[in-house]
This record gives sequence, C-alpha cells and structure tokens, in this order.
Amino acid sequence: MDLENQKRVKEFAEKYGAENLVVVLGAAEGEASGLAAETVTNGDPTFAGPLTGVQLGLTVYHVCEPEIKNEVDAAVYDEQVGMMEMVLDVDDIIAEMTPIREDFCKYL
Amino acid sequence: MNSVIKGASYILAFTPEMVMQNGTTQTTEKIVNPESEYLKQLESHLRTYEQVVSYPPNQAYIGNIHPNELAQIEQPWHDKAIEGASRFGKYGEIMPEDEFICLMQICDVFDLVKLDKSFVAATKEKLEQHPLMTADIIARLKEGEDAELISKLVSEEHSEALYYNKELVGCVKRAHDVDVNLSAHVIHENLTSKATNVLSLLNLVAKNNINKEDIDYVIDCSEEACGDMNQRGGGNFAKACAEIAGFVNATGSDVRGFCAAPTHALITAASLVKAGTFKNVVVSAGGCTAKLGMNGKDHVKKGLPILEDVLGGFAVLVSANDGINPEIRLDLVGRHSVGTGSSPQAVISALVTESLDRANMKITDIDKYSAEMQNPDITKPAGAGDVPMANYKMIGALGVKRGDIEKKDLASFTVDHGMVGWAPTQGHIPSGVPYVGIARQDILDGKIKNAMIIGKGSLFLGRMTNLFDGVSFVIEANQGKTKEEGTVSEEQIKGLIAQALKNFASNLLAE
Repeated sequence: MDLENQKRVKEFAEKYGAENLVVVLGAAEGEASGLAAETVTNGDPTFAGPLTGVQLGLTVYHVCEPEIKNEVDAAVYDEQVGMMEMVLDVDDIIAEMTPIREDFCKYL
Repeated sequence: MNSVIKGASYILAFTPEMVMQNGTTQTTEKIVNPESEYLKQLESHLRTYEQVVSYPPNQAYIGNIHPNELAQIEQPWHDKAIEGASRFGKYGEIMPEDEFICLMQICDVFDLVKLDKSFVAATKEKLEQHPLMTADIIARLKEGEDAELISKLVSEEHSEALYYNKELVGCVKRAHDVDVNLSAHVIHENLTSKATNVLSLLNLVAKNNINKEDIDYVIDCSEEACGDMNQRGGGNFAKACAEIAGFVNATGSDVRGFCAAPTHALITAASLVKAGTFKNVVVSAGGCTAKLGMNGKDHVKKGLPILEDVLGGFAVLVSANDGINPEIRLDLVGRHSVGTGSSPQAVISALVTESLDRANMKITDIDKYSAEMQNPDITKPAGAGDVPMANYKMIGALGVKRGDIEKKDLASFTVDHGMVGWAPTQGHIPSGVPYVGIARQDILDGKIKNAMIIGKGSLFLGRMTNLFDGVSFVIEANQGKTKEEGTVSEEQIKGLIAQALKNFASNLLAE
C-alpha cells in the first residue's frame, strides 16, 4: 500500500475510530490484497509507511469477497465488478484475506 | 484519406549506475534508511551489459525476436539468454552506459554536462564506430575536464554525479542557484530523457530509410517536464530533440498524459497528417531515470537481478497515405471521457468496445490488442502480476458479457488476440506503443489484418484529478486508396468549367 494511502487510512482511523471503519480493497491478485490487508490490520510489513508498527486491526475485505458482494445490489455489482470478478482469481484472494482477518482484525 | 505508420524505432540505454544514483526507490531509501540491507545488497544484483543485451525481452524490444518467439521461451526470462544476441536490432539498439553518458553531453547545449578528459577520450573512439553517430553529432562532444574539477562540482556545488563502472566520470551541473526546476537533479533527468529520445529519432530515420529533412513536426510524449520557476513544464522537448537529431525542417511540441500520452500523441499526429497540416509527423519519447530499479526491493528480496536497469525510448513516423503502409483508422478512436466512470468494466468498454460498436465489429474482429505491454518478468515478482495478461482477460471478459465469445474460450482469446509483454517498466514506454512497429511489419507481411493500440494513464499521480484516462485507435492493412473519395480530378474540373461556359454562351445566344 503506498505511503499516501497509509497516511489517509491512519487519519480516518483517528478521526472516525478504528471500530467504525471498513477497508474495501480492489487489488488485482491475492498477494497484493494480503499485503494491503496486513498493512491496515497488523501494520506495514514493508516497514516503509506511516502504518509501520501501527496495529489498527481494521475490518478489511476485498470487493470480490462474498461478504461485500452480498451487501451490494446485484445489478450494480454486476455493472461495476462483474467483469473483474470473471478475471480475478477470487478463490486465491479469499484464501489470502481470510487468515489475515482472523489473526489481526479487532472488530469482527 | 487516412494517414499511415511509415516506420518505428525502439531503443534502450543500459544505465546500472543511474539505478543506484537516480532511481527513486534507491534515492528514497538512502534518505529514510541509509544503512538498509537493500542498499547493501543492491550492487551485487546489477547485471552486466552482455546480460542485458542477451535478455530475451530486450531483444524483443529492439526487434531481433518477435513477441511470438519470446512467448515460446519459458518464464522466468531473467535466467535465459538469446544466443549470439546483438546490441543492434531491426528497430533500434541497446546502448551501453559510457556511450550514453557522452550522448547526454552531445544533447546538452548549455554546457551543464562536464565529463572527465580520459573518459571522453576512451569513449569517443567507441562512439566513432557507432553507425549512427555522424561527425556533426560527435563534434558536439567536448574534450573534457580534469577529474578534480568534477569532484569539486559534485561535492561543493550540488552537481549530479555521473558514474561509469563505479568511477566518477562526470557530472550534470545545476542551471540555477535557487530555482529547483533547474536543479542538477531535474536537468539530469531531462537530459537523460532527451538523449534517449534523440537516439530513438536517429534510429527511426536510419532503420526506415527516411530523410531527416522530410520531417515536418515532432511530438514528444514522455513524462518529464522542462521549464523554469516561472513556467515549469513549459517544454519543448520535441523541438530540442529534433535539433540534435538534425531534423532541420521540423518544429514540434509536447503532449502529456502520463502513460496514455503516446497514444494521445499518435492520434494527434494521425489527425495532423490526415488534415493535410503536415505530411510527416514523428511521435517520440525518451526514458525516465526515476523509474530505474523501481521494483528493486522485491527483486533483491527474491534473489533476482535488478531488472529495471534500462532507459527506454521510441519513435514512430506517421505520414500521408502511400497506399502501402498500415492506415490509422481515426473513425475507430476510443476514449475514456470525464463521464465514463472508473470501474474496470466502464474503462474497457470505453476504450475497446464503444469504437468497435460504431463499425459493427466484434471484439474478435481485432486480430491483436496492445495495451500495457510491461514485461511480466519484472512485474510478477513485485506482486503486480502479468499486466498484459490482465488486460487481455478484461477485454475477453467483456467479450463474454457482450456475447462475442463463450466463457470457455476466454483462455484461448488471451493467446490468439494477445501477446506476452516485453517492454521495460518505464511508464509511457510500455503503453500500447511497443507493438506499433511490429504490428506495421506483421500487417505488411500479411500475418494480421489489424491491431488496436490502447494507452491508459493514471492521472491521480499528479494530484489534479482522480479520473482515470485512456485512448485507443485501430491500425489496419492499407486499403490502397491514395485519393480521397468524392474528390474530382483536374480534367473533371476543366470539363465542368467548359460545360458551364457552354451553357452560359447558349443562354446569351437565346437572349
């Protein structure tokens, strides 16, 4: 996750409270999704950004995960995400995201 | 009458020292974590010039192997080599760092590049052997300075150091004491962009038998900005490059649009030629030092060589229709507009299918798509995946949603209508345009009938808008029509005037 986005996530958590935030990711594959998820839960694993050592424990999902899909109107989801759902390896993304949520999310 | 793609060139400059000195991943690390393991390990991961020349994607970029041949080589490619690889290719060349540093001075008209005397003497001999470095170009190279002066300029006057084989061989001076837009760092970045652009221009005319004097206009579409504190980004790289390349009859201007700029520029060039404003317009760009070693941390972590060790450049000549070369279809231009939206689906529809719909074409009616042709050998270890493949999957998935192809044929679509990526991750360099030269040849050889070139850009990086951007166009085999339909010949005009006079005379007689 780039440094500017880390800074914004940190500011939002301070302003609205970490328990009130949900981070929705749109990364193109599992590894990148996992890295971003880890950054907003357990801290920046690359030790480069403002979230280094900051364990926000935010609730985080990829937009293709069923928890998010089920929240969205089916027609809107199909229009906005349907094509990418066909392209992405959704199972791989879920496999990367689930353990990170289980280990580091504080507000599930 | 459509304009045509008359020729193209593609060049690389191998600059391992600039990876260390100027790549932003490295310069940032030196500031925030100067004792880092990454910086300690970096040097041992740099490749040799011979390794870079024989690296299969680089040989594809300069035209010695076709992307189809590259696809036959099993990935990863960093541990493979093309036997007997040459630095010179059908479309361009791979220049070593010593020659490139001299070319930077050749491109400097403000006496800002200072080179060591003995370094110049040794490298000048090499440059004199270069087939494109004519006497008038080499005459711009200065004799050189004493090593002490260069050391002093670097240590005391904020000059940007130029190294070759770990030795200080020169520097780029700042062009102003206060103005950050003319700092040594910015001048260095701009001169490297200019030098790679000039090398592309020289290769374009040489490899395609073009007269320099015939070029009317040059459009630079790189991602750099030149100007001073009162007009940062004022330009004009294009004219500056045309001057050094010897395009005496050309003027030019710069088109910017992040990675989408080359496609914007090609559409502009095709329009200028089709309108009859100019006959021969060159679209060109140099490379970017900031992006050298951009994904270096991931490459080093995974035990790979630093693969982002080359600057890229290209030039494409767009000319009036000659009845032979592939045509640019301006009626099949796609564009991402302000109102398009940013979902991948909306983006791909705007860029690919909206223009095809106007001509009642299916997604499968385009033989090859060229979008973001980044070399996956570089991006995959960095967690960015296979970028060209991601694009082909998206185009294919849209085809499935439209009913152009069956879902089961998605995988074969990505092979039949796509290619593996071969271009260095230099922003605008891999964006659509690496295939233009190859597509021209493939169309001339009858291997394909058409291709869609797609440029996409991330405008948010400039912090002026969050909008996405992109444009596309189609090139196809020449239809053999060199005269505009609906126009009339001189004989026809004479006949019409004669008829009108006759009618007038007979009216007079009748009165």
